[in-house]
Amino acid sequence: MKVASGQPWWRALLTTALALAGALAAWQLLTATWGVISPARFPPPLEAYGALRQIVLDGYSNGRLHDHVLRSVVLVTMGFVVASAAGVALGLAMGASRVVEAVANPVFLLLRPIPPLAWIPLAIVWLGLGDAAKMMVIFMAAFVPSVINSYTGVRQIERPIFEAAAMLDARGVRYWREVLVPGALPSIFTGLRLSLQASWTTLVAAELVGAIAGLGTILNQAAQDIYPGMIVVGMASVALCGWIMTQGLGWIERRAMPWRVVH
Amino acid sequence: MLQPRLATNRWLQLSAIGAIGFLAVWTSAALSGLTSRDFLPTPWDVLQRFMHLVREPFSGATLGMHLLSSLQRFGMGFGLAALVGVPLGLLMARFRWLDRLVTPAFEAVRFVAPIAWVPFAALWFGTGIGGPVLIIFMGAFPPVLINTYRGARQVDLKYIEAAQMLGASHWRAMTQVMLPATVPSIVAGLRISAGLGWQSLVGAELIVASSGVGYLMVKGQAAISTATVMSGMLAIGVVGVIIDAALRRVQLTIETRRGL
Repeated sequence: MKVASGQPWWRALLTTALALAGALAAWQLLTATWGVISPARFPPPLEAYGALRQIVLDGYSNGRLHDHVLRSVVLVTMGFVVASAAGVALGLAMGASRVVEAVANPVFLLLRPIPPLAWIPLAIVWLGLGDAAKMMVIFMAAFVPSVINSYTGVRQIERPIFEAAAMLDARGVRYWREVLVPGALPSIFTGLRLSLQASWTTLVAAELVGAIAGLGTILNQAAQDIYPGMIVVGMASVALCGWIMTQGLGWIERRAMPWRVVH
Repeated sequence: MLQPRLATNRWLQLSAIGAIGFLAVWTSAALSGLTSRDFLPTPWDVLQRFMHLVREPFSGATLGMHLLSSLQRFGMGFGLAALVGVPLGLLMARFRWLDRLVTPAFEAVRFVAPIAWVPFAALWFGTGIGGPVLIIFMGAFPPVLINTYRGARQVDLKYIEAAQMLGASHWRAMTQVMLPATVPSIVAGLRISAGLGWQSLVGAELIVASSGVGYLMVKGQAAISTATVMSGMLAIGVVGVIIDAALRRVQLTIETRRGL
């Protein structure tokens, strides 16, 4: 899965360009030229491009592409930040204190096995199809992974570090800021990555079930219109936005832990 | 300082306080009269509704029947993922050209959330069995493939070369040397796959299905019956835990047998 290292950058670039050209050619040949795949099932490249032009310039399903993208990304970012802040705080507290762990554990055992997507119907019953329901669903999706990983992060800190901290009499705010949080940080970020993925998937699903705007509504509308070109555009947008957000989180991770070489 | 473990008694006490506190807040919110019981049922209402759904059919079937059709879809999607993922992973580890061909496509497709396949799933396979199975497959496939591939790449080439020197064909070297050595990694991947597949199933059934627990929840949602929705969540959670526990057992058995 890893591209062999050691070859010059232009070779890697050339390989990628060739692969892309090959994929595009295969796509064109299979759908349009030879018609192996019926255009009603999977769109030829030109139709996908036409759909892209349409949504970027004129709009589709209540908005242009950037409206949909902005709406989904802003919602996910807000929900993710709120949920992971709460989740990391609870996880750290559960890791640091056995009492908090024991009290929070039963509720957590109940919430943990429920898949994020299963919250969607409940959110709709309680909050309707608006942004509040989306926030609830994103919160539930992002909360659990950040709690679990922050908690394990604290528990994985090695004993000598705690002993050194005790010897140096680190207490209170300093103990948290200089021992617990940095020690748990690698695991916290693992949790954040899982949280981000879960909340993105869940938001798209929630928008598919019902929403006014957002990437999921493009997919929903395109499915109803049986418009394969637009389905491809919607899927590509979902993938691209997810990828960019993951990269952004990776960038923050490298900034937050300069002492750690991330592969 | 990292706190020492609590005594079992104290732990149980505190857990009981947590559990009772949670149920008390929930119940009093439900009984406070601020909202209707349909909107926010008490925990007891949910359990009653659950038992009712087990006995009486709702939207076409009892809870057990809905679960059965969910499990059937899950089995097919998950089975298909394993059936394609394991051989493909082994082949990719053995043949560099295949690795180079598949990896870029795989990486690109992997970033599409499984749920985003819903429109194509409905268009290509309809809402019966095929559509949901495609979505489960998309959720469950990546971990099997990645784990099989990584596990197979870690097999010491010496063993394969030794087998081939002794006259084993490509096929035998792969099935009798590479595959057995990769099994622990494959099982670990299958466990992740099962979890993701089960999650995707719920999403699939919310949108493209006409039976199953997800469908039951959608119907409950349409009837504004929170207790029905929560019963569905409960059933999904419990079955998810059972699936994971079963695979965990398999994993542990294999690992102890191999002395890992």
